[in-house]
Amino acid sequence: MTDVLLEVENLTVEFPTDDGVVTAVRGVSYELRQGESLGIVGESGSGKSVTSMAILGLLPKNARVSGSVRFRGEELLGRSDSELSGFRGRKIAMVFQDPLASLNPVYTIGDQIAEAMLAHNPVSKQVAHARALELLELVGIPNAKQRMGAYPHELSGGMKQRVVIAIAMANNPDVIIADEPTTALDVTVQAQVLEALEAAREITGAALVLITHDLGVIAGHANRLCVMYAGRLVETGSVDDIFYAPRMPYTLGLLGSLPRIDSKTRLTPIVGSPPSALNMPPGCPFGPRCPMFAAKCEAEEPPLYYATPDHHAACHFHQRLIDVKPGEIFQ
Amino acid sequence: MTTVLRVQDLVKHFPVRSRGVIRKRIGDVHAVCGVSLDLQERETLGLVGESGCGKTTTARLLLNLVPATNGEVWYGKRNLLSLSRKQMRPLRRELQIVFQDPFASLDPRMTVAELIAEPLRIHGRYAEGGRAKVRELMKQVGLNPEHANRFAHEFSGGQRQRIGIARALALEPKVLVLDEPVSALDVSIRAGVINLLADLQRELGLSYLFVSHDLSVVRHVADRVAVMYLGRIVELAPTEALFTRAAHPYTQALISAIPVPDPRKERTRRRIILVGDVPSPVDPPSGCRFRTRCFKYAELSEPEKLKCVNEVPALVDRGHGHPAACHYAEALQML
Repeated sequence: MTDVLLEVENLTVEFPTDDGVVTAVRGVSYELRQGESLGIVGESGSGKSVTSMAILGLLPKNARVSGSVRFRGEELLGRSDSELSGFRGRKIAMVFQDPLASLNPVYTIGDQIAEAMLAHNPVSKQVAHARALELLELVGIPNAKQRMGAYPHELSGGMKQRVVIAIAMANNPDVIIADEPTTALDVTVQAQVLEALEAAREITGAALVLITHDLGVIAGHANRLCVMYAGRLVETGSVDDIFYAPRMPYTLGLLGSLPRIDSKTRLTPIVGSPPSALNMPPGCPFGPRCPMFAAKCEAEEPPLYYATPDHHAACHFHQRLIDVKPGEIFQ
Repeated sequence: MTTVLRVQDLVKHFPVRSRGVIRKRIGDVHAVCGVSLDLQERETLGLVGESGCGKTTTARLLLNLVPATNGEVWYGKRNLLSLSRKQMRPLRRELQIVFQDPFASLDPRMTVAELIAEPLRIHGRYAEGGRAKVRELMKQVGLNPEHANRFAHEFSGGQRQRIGIARALALEPKVLVLDEPVSALDVSIRAGVINLLADLQRELGLSYLFVSHDLSVVRHVADRVAVMYLGRIVELAPTEALFTRAAHPYTQALISAIPVPDPRKERTRRRIILVGDVPSPVDPPSGCRFRTRCFKYAELSEPEKLKCVNEVPALVDRGHGHPAACHYAEALQML
């Protein structure tokens, strides 16, 4: 059997606000196995980023996190900052959406990559710098030698993101969590960054959690996929299962509303918009937008049913979706 | 087909000034350099390119919202760029724009009804039947007229963009410039706005200039596509032709970089990864502006390279059925 690196179980995150408690993540469970690439897809506000921040204890102090997050069997939730820093960067590295916020503007990028290594390893500065140069070349930065002395503001967005990936690789982590790593970038630059991320995976052998709203990026870079909606996982399975045989109406609707570069069929939008976390509808959160809505959906929130042993969907009527095209249920 | 808008050799340079008190002009950002295109009646022309390629500036120049450095924009028998603001005003009824950010483009202190009525009032058309017209517009763009007294912040992004579209449609324009109209929207919302735009075009006989960085969206809406790179149009083709027979290396790289939501296809696709970044428009490369990142240029012999360095490739048909600005253009199927 493949061994499990990261186990998230029943993770729930609540934020107290003036208007009441917002439950951003509601009982999310997943496993990340060695060497795999797990995609997490969802729209703005679906809780996909909060989930990954909770794993590394990066949420603000007022967040109430419950459930369990285990890395190689060790519980991470409830640990102190100093205990967690032994995991952060060394075992689990993170790549955020905005590289400018991840880099320190007053240090050169060479120093910053070396620093990541020095923080966790007893190596000399020379060794760390030599390794930093090597990493810069690996992520495809041209003229890496000159760039070592550059400051973040001197680099373009795509290059900065590749520097962040180099930092993530610095300690040969077991897991890399990439949260919308290419969202702010142009497509040709996105291709460069995704290639750097693939290189990082190949060289460090790390498993990847790829969080994005772009199903196209997932299709090319993930083996397994979790679809999130309103703070919950609503479908999980292999990428092929979910793209070719989705069993949750939301996933089906998402695929049908996606303009694709390789075809020109009319899009089938999902009506309405996602519910506010302060005002969740009873039962299935997708109910109000679902064309298959029935009394049972309002009465009872669907659990993740087994569609096949490795494919789960949170819909009471998931069996009705076998071999159904988006246009058949969405108008 | 009749041409509604004809753009010729449009040029826009923005001055770069030195710091300090004197702020001497020390250079120019070459934002748009010799763009020529035409927009046909009832047609959607897609204008695509990456950040900083000059597509938004082109869109604004077209409507005379920023003064051009050089060039002509012919609407009917008039060159818009030679008109004063006053002369331009009646024409604005016919040429409207929808902006990208539906959060920034709507006045937060106005209700939806006021927002949509504003263009009617400005052009003196609200007095007779304005109220009914606003309700009708709201219905047309898929908003509930009962929500007329709500404020913009009470709506979702997609609904706000519909308000923006209703404002643009209020004066019954002939040409609509859409500047990244769906880029700020989530996937499930975006499809609805794309469909709405298509339906409105059919019903009202509009011509669209659709500016976008997203080729997948453009494929769905456009009849023809112009691809821009660093201020110049590098390829101009009917949509199908562009996606099946892209001739310019930049277009090929662009198409190959766009992920397809189809795992099996995605695993077998050929991807062209460009090296480096877009050069600064303050000091663009001589000759062909794409050559510094061009995979084709890298493989050319020295004498062949000279042509790219010294000679600006003209946007002409080199036997591919549509114009492409590359000396060594070669049609490729990239999907």
